Amino acid sequence: MKNLLLIAYLDLKESIRANWFLIYSVVFGGLIALFFIAGITESQVMGFSGLSRLLLMYIQVTIIILPIFILVTTVRSISGDRDSHILEYMLSFPISLKQYYWGKVFGRFITVFLPVFMAMVFAIGYGAFKGASIPWNIFFLYTGLLFAMSSAFLGIAFFISSSVKSSEMALGLSFFVWIFLLAFIDIALISLMLQNRMSEELILSIAMLNPMEIFRVAAISLFDPELTVMGPVAFTILDTMSQGVFVLLSILYPVIVGVLFAFLGYRVFTKKDLV
Amino acid sequence: MIETTNLTKKFGKTVSLQRVSVTFNKGDAIALMGANGAGKTTLIRLIMGYYHPTEGQVRIKGADPITERVEILHSVSFVPQLPPPIKLSLSELIAYICKSSGVDKELIFHYAHEMKLDIKPNLHKSFFTLSGGMKQKFLIAVSLAKESEIMIYDEPTANLDPKARDDFYRLIQSKEQEKLSLFVTHRIEEVKGIVNRQIYMDLGEITSDEAC
Repeated sequence: MKNLLLIAYLDLKESIRANWFLIYSVVFGGLIALFFIAGITESQVMGFSGLSRLLLMYIQVTIIILPIFILVTTVRSISGDRDSHILEYMLSFPISLKQYYWGKVFGRFITVFLPVFMAMVFAIGYGAFKGASIPWNIFFLYTGLLFAMSSAFLGIAFFISSSVKSSEMALGLSFFVWIFLLAFIDIALISLMLQNRMSEELILSIAMLNPMEIFRVAAISLFDPELTVMGPVAFTILDTMSQGVFVLLSILYPVIVGVLFAFLGYRVFTKKDLV
Repeated sequence: MIETTNLTKKFGKTVSLQRVSVTFNKGDAIALMGANGAGKTTLIRLIMGYYHPTEGQVRIKGADPITERVEILHSVSFVPQLPPPIKLSLSELIAYICKSSGVDKELIFHYAHEMKLDIKPNLHKSFFTLSGGMKQKFLIAVSLAKESEIMIYDEPTANLDPKARDDFYRLIQSKEQEKLSLFVTHRIEEVKGIVNRQIYMDLGEITSDEAC
């Protein structure tokens, strides 16, 4: 445990000093600042207003960019160290592969989750300072969703990172995963599938398997479930199961996906050549 | 201390190491030589437990370096051919080494000083920002401070000037009694004074193994 925490701590310190972390934090913090500057909290569109609207906009942008940020910054964690022979030297010390791998996972999780979470905390803090009412239910749901989303893509990223030999290949694969999952939240694509008379169950199953789609539907589920902006699949999902069950599923499922992929990555890491 | 039996490593259809059986004992100081691609690094990586053998086995003090890597690596010091671009600062890297291996920090400073490397003003600097020679001296200081029974050096003097090479060989000579030292090298004349065994490899096989 001591060595696991040591690895996590060192990974965290190394990440915080990296340029990508600065860009990552500026993007998410900057989004919130931009929304405040643009006066989104003062405007009202389709019943959304104040901090609720700001958080909703934040989460909708996050759905698109958070996965690719996590994938791109994390897939090189193991494969990059392997490429540059860092792994060869660091693993010449008596650290178990379990401690090394899971230490990296925990360190990296804190690095990717904290900026997106802190940006939201900043929004709540600034909103409270300006006298806006705080939508605590939305804040807690979005915290859970961001946690779940970070877990899912971090797990996938570590699986890719352990499985491929070079960091270029890892980067290419991470783009593919992102584009692939993004394609299946696209309402136009789903509409096309509907036009092609694919069964409703199949379309729903594909949508429900996609953590990005689950995240998108859950993010909007606290609002009016009949909103047209949700799209046909989201409407059907929320019509099929109760809001409470779906919210629980939307947090548990991506966490399970993340943990599963992280374990698969660990297995590959221990069974394949290390360098 | 180290015993390989019919050790074979293939990468796809390429055979990097072919049925190598060799024993290295305590007190051996070995120069491992051969042309590029002879299989020297593959052999070292199998001994270190980085590669899974395709066939055969490696035993270090009777244990498998893959399944019992933590216990084994307490007894092994390793210096790679090229210092890796580790982004941790020297103080962080020292913390990693001391906490994971129980190395005395003062010993690292001591051996660094012996290698004419002043660590203290550079503690806050990232390891990869140091010059090639400084990095190599630091890795050598760590390997000596670890006080391991088995010391493996893959071209350790490649980045060192002649004075630093002399310092390195002087320190090694003073430490190598009752230890097993393995030097991967292309320059036998440099290590001739400190080795007592020369092994030549070619095309993944040991072609000669002589005492000297």
